[in-house]
Amino acid sequence: MSTAFDFEKPILEIQKEIEKLKQMSLESGMDLNKDIETLEHEAAEFKKELFENLNPAQKMQIARHPERPKFLDYVNLMCTDFVELHGDRVGTDDRAIVGGLAKLDGRPVMIIGTMKGKSTKENLEYNFGMPQPEGYRKALRLFYHANKFNLPIITIIDTPGAYPGISAEKHAQGAAIAYNLKEMQKLKVPVIAIVSGEGCSGGALGLAVANKVYLLEHAYYTVISPEGCASILWRDASKNLEAATALKITAPHLLKFGIIDGMIKEPMGGAHTDYEVMANEMKSTILNALSELDGMSGEDLRNQRYDKFRKMGSFIE
Amino acid sequence: MTVQDWFEKRKEAQIQRRALEARVEIEANPDLWTKCVHCNAQLLKKDIEENSMVCPVCDYHFRVSARTRIEQLFDEGSFEEYFGDIKPTDPLDFVDTESYKDRIAKAQEKTGLNDAVITGIGTIEGHKTAFAVMDFDFMGGSMGSVVGEKVTRIIEKAIELRLPVIAVTSSGGARMQESALSLMQMAKTSCACARLDEAGLLYVNVITDPTFGGVTASFGTLGDIIVAEQGARVGFAGRRVIEQTIRQKLPSDFQTAEYLMKYGQVDIVSPRKELRDTLANILSMHEQGVQ
Ligand SMILES: [Zn+2]
Repeated sequence: MSTAFDFEKPILEIQKEIEKLKQMSLESGMDLNKDIETLEHEAAEFKKELFENLNPAQKMQIARHPERPKFLDYVNLMCTDFVELHGDRVGTDDRAIVGGLAKLDGRPVMIIGTMKGKSTKENLEYNFGMPQPEGYRKALRLFYHANKFNLPIITIIDTPGAYPGISAEKHAQGAAIAYNLKEMQKLKVPVIAIVSGEGCSGGALGLAVANKVYLLEHAYYTVISPEGCASILWRDASKNLEAATALKITAPHLLKFGIIDGMIKEPMGGAHTDYEVMANEMKSTILNALSELDGMSGEDLRNQRYDKFRKMGSFIE
Repeated sequence: MTVQDWFEKRKEAQIQRRALEARVEIEANPDLWTKCVHCNAQLLKKDIEENSMVCPVCDYHFRVSARTRIEQLFDEGSFEEYFGDIKPTDPLDFVDTESYKDRIAKAQEKTGLNDAVITGIGTIEGHKTAFAVMDFDFMGGSMGSVVGEKVTRIIEKAIELRLPVIAVTSSGGARMQESALSLMQMAKTSCACARLDEAGLLYVNVITDPTFGGVTASFGTLGDIIVAEQGARVGFAGRRVIEQTIRQKLPSDFQTAEYLMKYGQVDIVSPRKELRDTLANILSMHEQGVQ
């Protein structure tokens, strides 16, 4: 467990004790099963409690875990027959957004997501999951394709935000995102969005004007990265825990504010500990959402999407 | 001493005397005077105000409040405010170095506004239009629930009354203190823009200094026609964030209105004094109705 979190250390200690007891019982022939069982039970209890009471900073650590499943892991585990469709058709194939056709339980869908890598080399290819405007335009092309052929759209989002750079500004990063928000509203097919890790700012929202929006248990969704918020409001980026707490970025708050439709449970210890369980959980959420949306006409879907975002906000008059 | 020297000396003495007189006058009435932040010229506030809040010496465009902007753009007495009673709340109980509640109260006192946008209907040289005009002095023109709601409502009103919409933006981006609720205002306003699109009604963006982040990435750039005011700085990410990310200095014209025009992002860069005529002209050419 080279990738254990600091806050998991007490569990590792108990596990070490268990190993010792097992070794002892093997060497001495003593029956220590009862003690081992008790300890194992305690470890499990402790872990459960720990993961049910994570603070936002701990959740952020899990959401940013390098081995957290990436978009293509989910595609491979949930879907069959994936055909990646490349490029924005006007000059660029931004690898930070990957998308294509796939079958989900035999049904063709358009699946699009922000992509991160697990190694430095991969992360350079995918630009750490930070899309350029060209990535949003590629996604838009795929949205239009899905709309034309009546395919449901599934987006999986894990991004620290849209890339802040010279070329991104020259090529209208803001307008590229804005255009996606507007055009997603017009789509006549079901759209399901899942924030699977980091859901930062307009860069995440640019793929998330959906009929149903879900968040993984340890994922977060926020207007600005906690570090960015801390450096502006506290003038100190190291106050990111304070910012993460104040921003209320985790599933329970987002449910309360009506931002998300549901939380997708992660395997104990986080999504990275069991890819298959995680992917199955995500898949069944998607299938349930699709069956809810299937009876709706294109116009119904547009109206539902409009009304959903129309209601969001808090004010008095 | 030559005659020329004598004249030079006398001229210098005159300049010094005038400067002294000006100083005396400034000291006697400091409230009447200000310095141009761009060229440093000592100016009578009245002279700037009478010049549409533009420096008469260097043409620098000072930021203007939403109310001043509306006075500058709309026909006198034509403007009617809508949804002015909508007020912000503090849904997250947000506290950073200061509480959001205090920040709201201070901004309201400073600007006399409930939040960072005024929405309404008025005429520009007789052409009727719905509008949203942002005020940077209210918490950096940030978009929270109130801005999102008012912009959405005025767009819906325009669809109901079949009017064009003009949005004058000035904003640092989404309001952090309302977190994801602010983020969702980007979706909400953009969805309203989708309906405006489908209703076949004209939407014009007027981007003024500064317009960034969540406003650039939503209703702020979705216009059929995009006008940027001369000298405005416009972008998605802030200059400092980009410099920190790419670890290099950016060109001085980066993210200016003129830079955006060069890269095909805005249709027109307009000096403030021509803005009203530009908008009236654009409105006049979209009144035949849409197929
Ligand atoms: Zn000046």
